[in-house]
Amino acid sequence: MELNKVRVEIRNVSLAYGKTQVLRDVSANIEPGEFFALLGPSGSGKSTLLRLIAGFNQSQSGEVLIDGEDVSRVPPWKRNIGMVFQNYALWPHMTVAGNVAFGLEERRLPREDIRRKVAAALDLVGLSEYAARRPGQLSGGQQQRVAVARTIAIEPKVLLLDEPLSNLDAKLRVHMRVELLALQRKLGITTVFVTHDQEEALSISDRVAVLDGGIVQQIGTPMELYDRPANRFIANFVGTINFLPGTVSASAGGAVFDSPLTGKIALPVPAAPGRVEIALRPHSLRLAAARDNPARIWIDATVAEREFLGEFIRYKVRAGDQDLIVDEPHFPGTDVFQPGAMVSVAIQPDQIGVIPA
Amino acid sequence: MPTRFPPAPTAVALLIAAFLLAFLVIPVATVVYVAFADGAGGFTLSHFQSFFGISLMRESFWNSLYVAGMSVVFATLIAVPLAYFTVRFQFRGAILIQTLGILPLIMPPFVGAVAMQLIFGRSGSVNLLLNDWFGVTVPIMDGLNGVIFVEAIHYFPFILMNMIVSLNNIDSSMEESAQNLGAFGLRLFRRIVFPLAMPGFVAGAALVFIKVFDDLGTPLVLHQTNLLAPQAFLRITSIGIEDPIGYVASVIMVAFSLFALWASAWFMRGKEYATMQRGYSGLARRRLTPGQSVLAYGWIVLVLLLVLAPHIGILLLSFGKVWSFSVLPDSFTLEHFISVVKDSPRMIWNTILYCGIAAALDVVIGTAIAYLILRTRVPGVRVLDFTATAALAIPGVVLAIGYLRTFRGWELPFADELFTSSWILIVIAYTVRRLPYALRSCTAALQQMHVSLEEAGENLGANKARTIRRIVVPLMIGGIMAGFVTSFMTAAVELSATIMLVTAQQDAPMSYGIYLFMQSAAGRGPGAALGVLAVVIVAIGTYVSHRIITSRSQVSQAHVVQNIGV
Repeated sequence: MELNKVRVEIRNVSLAYGKTQVLRDVSANIEPGEFFALLGPSGSGKSTLLRLIAGFNQSQSGEVLIDGEDVSRVPPWKRNIGMVFQNYALWPHMTVAGNVAFGLEERRLPREDIRRKVAAALDLVGLSEYAARRPGQLSGGQQQRVAVARTIAIEPKVLLLDEPLSNLDAKLRVHMRVELLALQRKLGITTVFVTHDQEEALSISDRVAVLDGGIVQQIGTPMELYDRPANRFIANFVGTINFLPGTVSASAGGAVFDSPLTGKIALPVPAAPGRVEIALRPHSLRLAAARDNPARIWIDATVAEREFLGEFIRYKVRAGDQDLIVDEPHFPGTDVFQPGAMVSVAIQPDQIGVIPA
Repeated sequence: MPTRFPPAPTAVALLIAAFLLAFLVIPVATVVYVAFADGAGGFTLSHFQSFFGISLMRESFWNSLYVAGMSVVFATLIAVPLAYFTVRFQFRGAILIQTLGILPLIMPPFVGAVAMQLIFGRSGSVNLLLNDWFGVTVPIMDGLNGVIFVEAIHYFPFILMNMIVSLNNIDSSMEESAQNLGAFGLRLFRRIVFPLAMPGFVAGAALVFIKVFDDLGTPLVLHQTNLLAPQAFLRITSIGIEDPIGYVASVIMVAFSLFALWASAWFMRGKEYATMQRGYSGLARRRLTPGQSVLAYGWIVLVLLLVLAPHIGILLLSFGKVWSFSVLPDSFTLEHFISVVKDSPRMIWNTILYCGIAAALDVVIGTAIAYLILRTRVPGVRVLDFTATAALAIPGVVLAIGYLRTFRGWELPFADELFTSSWILIVIAYTVRRLPYALRSCTAALQQMHVSLEEAGENLGANKARTIRRIVVPLMIGGIMAGFVTSFMTAAVELSATIMLVTAQQDAPMSYGIYLFMQSAAGRGPGAALGVLAVVIVAIGTYVSHRIITSRSQVSQAHVVQNIGV
């Protein structure tokens, strides 16, 4: 089963329910064959955007182009865009095979073709033996595969996944996301995937659009979002991060950051003069009993809390009036600091990011 | 190790069991026994042979099946589009339709039947107008048609309300995924929406079938006696309590009612779809296009006119001086009301007394059974629930025959009166017949209450009895009140047991009075006036308790109606 690769363009879409503005001038360009994630907290508008692509709601302005064609006036049943629902929405009054056959029957395919395509779709998700079962007799993971098979069977132009992993337990979730990605790569189908879980989005997507308050905050590859967050929201939402306020001034050697806590630091990236915040990932910081490396910037702090997370220990330390999170890699025998201990925090100047205030 | 039979709950369970045994199980068993017993106490099918040997009985049997079946068909045609409109589209008629659901409770079909004859009958308003304008008449009310028409109009809300509940339970994603895969319009309804609403439809349809199959009042008022219930009644009242043919008819009615209940359960086995899932939202409401609006509102107005016809008719009849061979009464008067209030205050009082006691008993028993089932592990309490619910399948006329036979010759202690001619038996019949409604209501109320609320009470030092009094009952009060209202309202218009158990004029409740008045052309006016008064009393009662309910909990009127649809 090899499907056409299709481009999805979202152009300046705004959508409101009554007075509530849900999407504000949203634009995104989803490349053919791409695995694209819509990431955001609940209420960010990500599901609304997905449902707009499927045709379940209408935007007040802007357009959705699929394969270059404006589909804004096309009803859901004529769009040929497959959607896997968050709750799978399997019909309990039909068997697994009946569910998978539904869309093909609606397309009035010959009986023989339907039989063959249903078998192929179930085979693809490894559920051939379950064809005669009812959805209620399947586990959560199996139900999800049926939902995927049902959607794939109609050979849709685009595959939409609405929080497909949120109803699975943690272990299965990791397993299923690998499986979903493998399936998508095999079919080569343009896929849009909604999630509120940043780990999920970062791990399997080619690119991610982060939404908040109905606005696209940033679109980029997972690594771009993590390494070069466009604003404070992205920096905070994608991964864990510390912010330190201060001012930037220009000098001959480039931008220089200054704050009472850190003193002057030459920044590795260009920055406009004025008030800024520098962003520090917890694992780029180090804790030490004494200042042992003069190449780093050192600040004094007190350990406030400690969480043991296996691979590392997450310390919350207090430096002046500033709380910092520091992740120290953990191996058997490495130093462990007790809450209340006086420590020094090392900042690597080349790992500093700058967020315009 | 605690005992399997904690004393207090066990005592309560035994008390309820004794009541159900004495006033439901044994009387019905007696009816069945008589139908199958020969003179010497042995088993025989000869009574069934002679029953089916009588051509009138054969005809009645097929007629009953036909009337019940056709009533289901017509009720479906009315109810399904209405249910779909209310759930599926944004429009203003929803409240109206909810109100429609209560109307049959307030006025049973037999009260409106005469009025329907005056409106839709051969020389009724509609046909007079049709004849004037087009020179045609429609035989809507002729013979069995009339029974089917009146019953379908009165009982379609059972299908309507049950389907609305079912449709509301369908997650919008169920429909959206079908649209996503290419289905729309009628196909979408036929393949996805209707099958998913099937549990509600089947429950409602079974209920309509049973109600119509067992109805005695409507056929009697319309003078259609070639049906099973009227035959059972006539055989027993005219030939006597010994006549086995009446018992055979009774057994057939019980069998078909049980069969309908069983068939609906069988049909739905494994299909009780829990379609509400995480992120649940009911079917998305769509805006109607102008064309659809015209269709939807047109249908609703038509149905509304039909449903209100008996009510309007009764009102006209109660104020009309003479209404015969004319579109509307010739002139209006208060005479009928005056004569009813002067002559029959006793009936009004009897209705309030009997139904008040019966409804109170129902909620007490209902709450007790609900608590025993949901909160204790006394073995065998499920049987109480099952038995009490089975009363649904026992026609009033059968229960009454059972009472008359079982308690034949018993005398009341301290009173020089036969038990079978005492009004107490009427109250007991009401209690048993309306217990399923109160029980459903109480069970639902207790089910919605998390057990941790009680455990918190016990944890803070309240014992079982005090927890029930201070936490359980106050939290259940909405459901209990809903049960009370439902039982009271439906008991107030009960006729089929009443008609057999009333022996003295001074013991008769309003339903009996209405029936008696309606027998003669001269009595129609006062009968209608009494009917209007009954509706007003029930409506006031409903309103008052509705106020109490809504001020104390969230249980709504719709809740009351849904309970009926068990």
